[in-house]
Amino acid sequence: MASDLPPLSADPSPAREQANAKPQAAEGSTTLRQGQQDPAWVRWTLIGLAVIVLIVLVVVPVVNVFVEALGDGVGAYWENIAGNEETLHAIGLTLLVAPISVILNTGFGIVAAWLVARFQFPGRTILVTLIDLPFSVSPVVVGLLFVLLFGMQGYFGPWLRDHGIRIIFATPSIIMVTTFVTFPFVARELIPVFEEIGPDEELAALTLGATPWQMFWHVTLPNIRWGLLYGVILCNARAMGEFGAVYVVSGRIAGQTDTMPLLVERLFQEYNTPGAFAVASLLTLLALVTLIVKAYLERKIDAEK
Amino acid sequence: MGIAVNNVTKTFGAFKALDRVSINVAAGSLCALLGPSGSGKTTLLRILAGLELPDSGTVVAHDDDVTNRSVRERNMGFVFQHYALFRHMTVFDNVAFPLRIRGWSSAKMQERVSELLHLVRLDNLEKRYPAQLSGGQRQRVALARALAASPAVLLLDEPFGALDAKVRLELRQWLRRFHKEIGVTTILVTHDQEEAFEVADQVVVMRQGTVEQAGTPQQIFDHPASAFVMEFLGHVNIFHGRLEDGGRINLGNETPDAQTPVAPPLYVRPHELDLERIGGAGSLAARIVHINPVSSLVRVQLTAVELGVPILVEVTRERFEELALRVGETLYVSPRKARTFLPDYSI
Repeated sequence: MASDLPPLSADPSPAREQANAKPQAAEGSTTLRQGQQDPAWVRWTLIGLAVIVLIVLVVVPVVNVFVEALGDGVGAYWENIAGNEETLHAIGLTLLVAPISVILNTGFGIVAAWLVARFQFPGRTILVTLIDLPFSVSPVVVGLLFVLLFGMQGYFGPWLRDHGIRIIFATPSIIMVTTFVTFPFVARELIPVFEEIGPDEELAALTLGATPWQMFWHVTLPNIRWGLLYGVILCNARAMGEFGAVYVVSGRIAGQTDTMPLLVERLFQEYNTPGAFAVASLLTLLALVTLIVKAYLERKIDAEK
Repeated sequence: MGIAVNNVTKTFGAFKALDRVSINVAAGSLCALLGPSGSGKTTLLRILAGLELPDSGTVVAHDDDVTNRSVRERNMGFVFQHYALFRHMTVFDNVAFPLRIRGWSSAKMQERVSELLHLVRLDNLEKRYPAQLSGGQRQRVALARALAASPAVLLLDEPFGALDAKVRLELRQWLRRFHKEIGVTTILVTHDQEEAFEVADQVVVMRQGTVEQAGTPQQIFDHPASAFVMEFLGHVNIFHGRLEDGGRINLGNETPDAQTPVAPPLYVRPHELDLERIGGAGSLAARIVHINPVSSLVRVQLTAVELGVPILVEVTRERFEELALRVGETLYVSPRKARTFLPDYSI
């Protein structure tokens, strides 16, 4: 049907242009480095100082967690974790609270980031400020605020008691404060992602006949997936590690409202050092896994650009 | 009847992007909205697509008032300036997107996508991702995708704006023939007058949110309605001479005094000026500053001896050789044709 159209010549490939540009940049940076180099002793002193600080502040403590945890052998380590009902309950509670908070914040984060990045509306600045609020408020203060609202002497306390609902000193309050504290992670991560992608692909989907819902599933979500996962991972790490706010609202009832970080502190106070380090090693492992996934995602995001 | 925009006004805050704009585009034709940036052409295109809503006025597409329809219901193909291809989808999936959400069977979809990719000459690139394509190829994928669901109207926003000059020229001619073949009513936005004149059946020149002139390329080029259109459509020499009785044109040598009212400026295109060795009445002495012989017409830049104003003249190669022009020589410039416009009320 289109037989009389002329063939179009091949356009210059973008890959070739990049290849041509590279050697120049490399050359430029080499000459720059030679000209700006400091004397050897300055360089090695600075590098040495940085390495020492890193070892003392980061490497030694992290290694020590595992050394202390495994000090009495693998058998004792396993016994400290699996053989202790309180520990198992704390792990279970953390594994309940963190996912719920992450799911809530993922939903909220996507909507908030999308609104902030795509639209100008009255109250937009207030929304941005509210997203950042949990970063700037001390978690202990957050805990106190929730006690003030839902505690026995709080505003909603009497009503909740009359209806037999327990929030403070129970799981609901732990979920609430954890969600509050980890509120900004997904939204903050996604705002720049949305801004960089721009609205054109979404608008294109609409002009092609997609419903807003189809647009979200087929265009928006796939475009933000790595940034979203990155935010979720950070949100999850923070949710599992939250201490201050949970400390205040949980009432610290052993075997009932102790999460993993609270349990580490309790065991340590009770001079059960191997037990404390055993639970701490689990949280540290989570941190290491988070960092590995984070590094992987960062490479993935860079590759997509 | 194709598409009609009636008295559309659109403001963004205090900025009036469109001020009572009306245009008519015949069914099956290709219309170019031409204007400098900020003239409202892209806003008008987005209002046609439903991506913006007008403050007042109506949009009628094929005898159907679509002013209050959603983007989705209008079924107009829109090609974005930066293509807006779905970056996580292959070329095939991009073009198949409008079909997939309409629930086409995969066999029918396969057939339609192959047909479209053949139409835009991208037969073997189905499995590529947008990032692996050149600008011109992306542009054509966007075009194929916009056409997939057989839209009644095709809207193109600066379709060649982001491409380099050579690809641009090629795609321009290609689009012309392509439009002939598919016959879909098409409106394109451009700030490049050459582009508009080459591809369009009808050109609408816009300025500061209003339509300055609408017509065929020939009408607009031969009979510009205002000084703005005249200046926008290509290089123009402006003289403060005057039209004398009997239609003779007197260029310059005119010292304005308090008694005679200031005549409106004369607009003369470079090809409407002639160069001569011997000066006649009303001609202007000018010295050659630069000669550019690269195209079929030779462009000669001169400076008027008395007034010091620059003049650009285009002469044919034959005339150029006949006169044996050299830089530094002084010649006489006389117009074959000149236009004046009534001064703008704003001045």
